[in-house]
Amino acid sequence: MTTAAVKPATMAQALQRAMRDAMAEDPTVHVMGEDVGTLGGVFRVTDGLAKEFGEDRCTDTPLAEAGILGTAVGMAMYGLRPVVEMQFDAFAYPAFEQLISHVARMRNRTRGGMAMPITVRVPYGGGIGGVEHHSDSSEAYYMATPGLHVVTPATVEDAYGLLRASIASDDPVVFLEPKRLYWSKAKWSPDAPAAVEPIGRAVVRRSGRSATLLTYGPSVPVCMEAAQAAEAEGWDLEVVDLRSLVPFDDETVCASVRRTGRAVVVHESTGFGGPGGEIAARVTERCFHHLEAPVLRVAGFDIPYPPPMLERHHLPGVDRVLDAVARLQWEAAS
Amino acid sequence: MTVQELPGSAAAAYRPTPPPAWQPRTDPAPLLPDAEPYRVLGTEAAASADPELLLRLYAELVRGRRYNAQATALTKQGRLAVYPSSTGQEACEVGAALALEDRDWLFPSYRDTLAAVARGLDPVQALTLLRGDWHTGYDPHVHRVAPLCTPLATQLPHAVGLAHAARLKGDDVVALAMIGDGGTSEGDFHEALNFAAVWNAPVVFLVQNNGFAISVPLAKQTAAPSLAHKAVGYGMPGRLVDGNDAVAVHEVLGEAVARARRGGGPTLIEAVTYRMDAHTNADDATRYRADSEVETWRAHDPIQLLERELTDRGLLDDEGRQAAAQAAETMAANLRERMNADPVLDPMDLFAHVYGRQTAQLREQAALLRAELDAEEEAR
Repeated sequence: MTTAAVKPATMAQALQRAMRDAMAEDPTVHVMGEDVGTLGGVFRVTDGLAKEFGEDRCTDTPLAEAGILGTAVGMAMYGLRPVVEMQFDAFAYPAFEQLISHVARMRNRTRGGMAMPITVRVPYGGGIGGVEHHSDSSEAYYMATPGLHVVTPATVEDAYGLLRASIASDDPVVFLEPKRLYWSKAKWSPDAPAAVEPIGRAVVRRSGRSATLLTYGPSVPVCMEAAQAAEAEGWDLEVVDLRSLVPFDDETVCASVRRTGRAVVVHESTGFGGPGGEIAARVTERCFHHLEAPVLRVAGFDIPYPPPMLERHHLPGVDRVLDAVARLQWEAAS
Repeated sequence: MTVQELPGSAAAAYRPTPPPAWQPRTDPAPLLPDAEPYRVLGTEAAASADPELLLRLYAELVRGRRYNAQATALTKQGRLAVYPSSTGQEACEVGAALALEDRDWLFPSYRDTLAAVARGLDPVQALTLLRGDWHTGYDPHVHRVAPLCTPLATQLPHAVGLAHAARLKGDDVVALAMIGDGGTSEGDFHEALNFAAVWNAPVVFLVQNNGFAISVPLAKQTAAPSLAHKAVGYGMPGRLVDGNDAVAVHEVLGEAVARARRGGGPTLIEAVTYRMDAHTNADDATRYRADSEVETWRAHDPIQLLERELTDRGLLDDEGRQAAAQAAETMAANLRERMNADPVLDPMDLFAHVYGRQTAQLREQAALLRAELDAEEEAR
């Protein structure tokens, strides 16, 4: 491997590369959305695709999310493999009906006759100083819809691998891109990308013995930092990056919690009715006799996403994670 | 800095020029619908209509009406959960379906079972959704009929996407999307027409304006001069046709399909018709419309109109009428018999098609149901 091959790449670049490689390998892959063509997307994730593959393969659509996803359904019916970009989390809501009534159900409705190999890319989450409607964590809505896969990367390497796997999937995937990690860098070789795993597998990012932090997407770096800081307190924390919310990897999650006996779920999404409730319930149902303390949740408050000057109070940070870890009934452990 | 404070030299250097000349992007005049719905039957144009086509349309119309009657009867016997009848609208259903080639695609709404059957779909399979044993009873690829769509207008963007994809692949395939007057108020109607026009997609939109969205009349639905006029705003032609005149519907649809096929882009067609029955068997139309109005439309019946033309031209006699009625009766008897057989259902199918790659979560739940079924079986 040459030195040039491992120069730092951003998550945005890895995502672009995933689409580029998929388009080069498979002529049925079509990228479509608002500003994805000439501009290369507002986050530049589709940069260069229209130039390389032409506007029929990377298409600037009219500004209408239901129309974008609805036409993608028709394209999938005719054998294409659309990769749809929703410009921001909260701008994906007009496409909800198409997603829920058709994308998620078409295979089931037709007894497998019509698959929907559609990837819906959604930049999500806060922490970028965005004004209203630019920072939502909408994963719970998608998770509650049978028929969809819901995937989110936390690393540059996974951004490539998971997007390739999503595009290759014959089932529809809501691919949530943590927008504040778009410019995160890692030494990653676009010329020797990691093997593309099937979606649905969590990964242990940091091994530890004291407690497990269950997290995903933009909260993974927060948990890694918290785990680092926790060493000073004498806690050896394990961090599990879920990567895929649907399908959910009970196996990896439960193996970790059974080892550590304690768990905290961390995410930006609101806590009430959020993913953490489902995750905590699954862990409790499966690992009850291994638990030393109730499974706790660190989530965004149950409020509409705050204005940018106040968002730091809303987002789960290292201190809030450590406070939760401190509440895991250590006194009983002596 | 205020305008007054601008240095004199800069203000003097500013030379206003007019903006680039404005002109409409498309000449709207040719896109406008005619002042009245296009008609063939009862006009001079009828004389040149192809006898074979007239007889084919007639047979399908008679069969269609019988199908509606039989399906409605099946709801009363509890064999169908619900049936939205298209009685009175058979000319739209049949005229449109017969304007398509085999390789074309139909995107029906829930009221368009007749169009699907006219395309060759098994009459029983077409009713699976309404019987309630599965959401779609047929493989859409076999007759190129998309699933009967329940959420209003949401199938329109699918038709646009499919037509667009076909054109990208170089196939001369046309998509026909069917919708009612109420559906034109939905956002998906707007988005689909806009995408179709921008992409110049080979798609035809047929609006059956049957006067009502369940109980709500068209006047509460739109203030547009006509639904066909909406086309102009998207830059596509709008056409008005008498929806009870099967020959006119077939001709207007045929022209729009041919135009789409040769790369001329989409067309919006409004077929003016009337829903003779209630919205479904579960609806009571007397709560919102007068019998006199229904009677007015009964005097403009699609089957009678065509029958009159055929009789006047000596193309149909009592024997022919009876033959058509007999064929329809045979179809109905067959439908009745097959619908009276209980469908064989496997509850495990509930988990079979949610995903192509089964999730562990659903495997667990499938095992739970399996155990319940086994326990039921044992208890029997």
